Amino acid sequence: MASPPLDGTKFARVLSRDPDAFGAITGREEEWRFTPLYRLRGLHDGTAVVDGTITVDGAFETIGPDHPLVGSALVPADKPSALAMRDFKEGQLVTVDGELTEPITLQVKGSGETSYGHVVIDAKPFSKAVVVLDHTGTGTHVGAVEVLVGDSADITLVSVQDWDDDAVHLSAQAARVGRDARFKSVVVTFGGDLVRLNPTVTYAGPGGDAELLGLAFADTKQHLEHRLLVEHTVPNCKSRVTYKTAAQGVEAHTVWIGDVVIRKEATGTDTYELNRNLLLSDEARADSVPNLEIETGEIAGAGHASATGRFDEQQLFYLQSRGITEGEARRMVVRGFFHEVVQQVGIPALEERLDAAIEKELA
Amino acid sequence: MSTLEIRDLSVSVEAKQILAGVNLTIKAGETHAIMGPNGSGKSTLAYSIAGHPKYTVTGGSVTLDGQDVLAMSVDERARAGLFLAMQYPVEVPGVTVSNFLRTAASAVRGEAPALRLWVKEQKEAMAALEMDPAFASRNVNEGFSGGEKKRHEILQLELLKPKIAILDETDSGLDVDALRVVSEGVNRVRATGETGTLLITHYTRILKYIVPDFVHVFAGGKVVEEGGKELADELEANGYAKYVGAAAI
Ligand SMILES: Nc1ncnc2c1ncn2[C@@H]1O[C@H](COP(=O)(O)OP(=O)(O)OP(=O)(O)O)[C@@H](O)[C@H]1O
Ligand SMILES: [Mg+2]
Repeated sequence: MASPPLDGTKFARVLSRDPDAFGAITGREEEWRFTPLYRLRGLHDGTAVVDGTITVDGAFETIGPDHPLVGSALVPADKPSALAMRDFKEGQLVTVDGELTEPITLQVKGSGETSYGHVVIDAKPFSKAVVVLDHTGTGTHVGAVEVLVGDSADITLVSVQDWDDDAVHLSAQAARVGRDARFKSVVVTFGGDLVRLNPTVTYAGPGGDAELLGLAFADTKQHLEHRLLVEHTVPNCKSRVTYKTAAQGVEAHTVWIGDVVIRKEATGTDTYELNRNLLLSDEARADSVPNLEIETGEIAGAGHASATGRFDEQQLFYLQSRGITEGEARRMVVRGFFHEVVQQVGIPALEERLDAAIEKELA
Repeated sequence: MSTLEIRDLSVSVEAKQILAGVNLTIKAGETHAIMGPNGSGKSTLAYSIAGHPKYTVTGGSVTLDGQDVLAMSVDERARAGLFLAMQYPVEVPGVTVSNFLRTAASAVRGEAPALRLWVKEQKEAMAALEMDPAFASRNVNEGFSGGEKKRHEILQLELLKPKIAILDETDSGLDVDALRVVSEGVNRVRATGETGTLLITHYTRILKYIVPDFVHVFAGGKVVEEGGKELADELEANGYAKYVGAAAI
C-alpha cells in the first residue's frame, strides 16, 4: 500500500516509483536547497553510472525490484530514490517472526563503487527485534530501507553511517507502523563526505508509537543531512523525534528538517520533536527547520523545539573552575550534549559504541 | 601555610570599571567576611580571582603563596588551590554529578582517586551534607533547587579541599536547616586549619554559624572598612549609607 498522499498540506510532493515523474533537480527546491548537488556525483540528475555493488553480510533473503514487498512502505519522493528502487540489482529481505533477543545485523560495506541497494524488514505481528544496518567503507550509494512493522510488533532499526570520509550516501528509510506497534529508529551519522537520510513514518492503524532518535557529528567538509517526515493519518498514534548534531571545522554542515503532519482523521495524536545543534567552531554550520502542520484540534499534544548554539561559556567556566582543563571541559560538554540521545537508545552494546564513536570524534 | 594576596586590584567589565583597587590578604585558617551593597562588585571580585573571561584585570596583582594567579588559566587556578562557590551555579546537561566530581577531584589532586575509596568518600561527603544519594546520578545542577545547588557547591568544597575558598552568597536562598547543614560543611573545612575562607554575604545570620575573624565592608568596588565580627552587627543595624557616601568621594 502506498503512503497516504500529502496533497493539500505544505508537504505536498510528487510521490512515484517512476523516475520520469520527477523534474530536474536545480537546487532551488525546498527539499534540495541545503544539499551541495555538485557533490552528489550525478546521482540527482541521472548522469551517475551505477554499475557497482556493495557488500551486505548478514541473514536475509535476496530480493529484486519485483518482489511484492518492495514499495509497500516507501514510495519514492525524489528521482534518485525512484531510480534506485527501479534499478537495484540485489536487495535484502529480513523477516522477523517471534521475539528475538539478539540483534540482526546487516554489514553494508562499500569498496568505492557506485551502487543501489534496498533493504526490506518485514516484521510480523507481535514480533520483536533490533535490526542494525552498519554502513562502512566507501563509495557512492543510494540505499532504501523499508520497515513493515506488523500489528503489535516492536522493532528498533539502527542505521549507523560510519563511512570513510569520501563516501556519498542517500537513503530513504520508510517505516509503516501497524496497529498498537512500536517503532524506534536510531540514526547515527559520523562518517561520509555527504550523507542525506530521509526517515519517514506512516501509520497503518491506531495506537502506533514511533520514536526517532538521531545523532550526527560533522567534521571539516562533511555534509550530514537528515530530513524527517512523520505523517499522522490515523487516530491515537504517537511520535517522538530527538535529533542532536555537532559540527566542527571548515564547511562542516549539518541539516535537520523535521516535518510532522497531523491530518484531520488523526485525532488523539501525540507528537513532539526536538532538535539541538552544537557548533564547535566558527566556520561550522547547522540548519534546522521544524515544520508542524495540524488539521485537527482534537489532539493529545503537539510541539517542537529547535535550537542551535555554540559552547556555553558559563558551562566551560564552571568546569574549568574545578580544575578541569579546557579541552576536557569541552569534551565533557559535548559528551553531555549527546548523552541525552545516547541514553534513550536502550541497547547497552550500542550505547557503548556510540560513546566510543563520540570519543573518537573529540580526540 | 597558604596566603592569598590581593593588591590594588582593578577590574572592568565591557570597558566599565567595577573594581577600583582592592586590597585583601587571606591566610589559611582565617575566615574573612565581605559585606556590601548590591552591585558594589563582590561577585566581580570573586569571579576575577577565579579567572572568569568576562572580567578584564586593568591593574594590581593577585598571588597565591607568591605565585601570580592572574597569569594562570581558570583550571590552573583551581589546581593551584583556589575554589569559588558560585552565587549562581551553572547547569551542565548530560554530565552527572558523580562524573563531574570525580573528574574535578582527579584534576585537582593530580591523579584519579582509586574508585573504591572514591565511592566511599563521595558517599560520606554527601551524607554529611544531608544530600540524597540520588543526586550523584543527576546531571550537574539541572533541576536543582536553589538550596540544593548551594549544598552541591559545598560538597565540592569539601571534596576538593582548596587552599583558599571564596563563597559567594552561599547562604542566600537557604532555609534554616540548609543554612545549618551548609555552615557545618564550611566549618569542617575551616577546622582543618588548611583553608582560608572568604565569605561574601548580605546577612549576619550565617555569621552566627561561621564566625569570621575579619569583616570587610565593600562599597564602590573596594574595601572601605575593616573590623572584627562586631562590625557585621553594626552593618546590620545601620546599613551601608555611610560607606556608600564615602566610596563616592
Ligand atoms: N556585562 C556587564 N556590563 C556592564 N556592567 C556589568 C556587567 N556585569 C556586571 N556589571 C556590573 O558590575 C557591578 C558589580 O556587579 P557584581 O555582580 O560584582 O555585584 P555584587 O556586589 O556581587 O552584587 P550582589 O550583592 O547583587 O550580588 C554591577 O553594577 C553590575 O551591573
Ligand atoms: Mg554578587
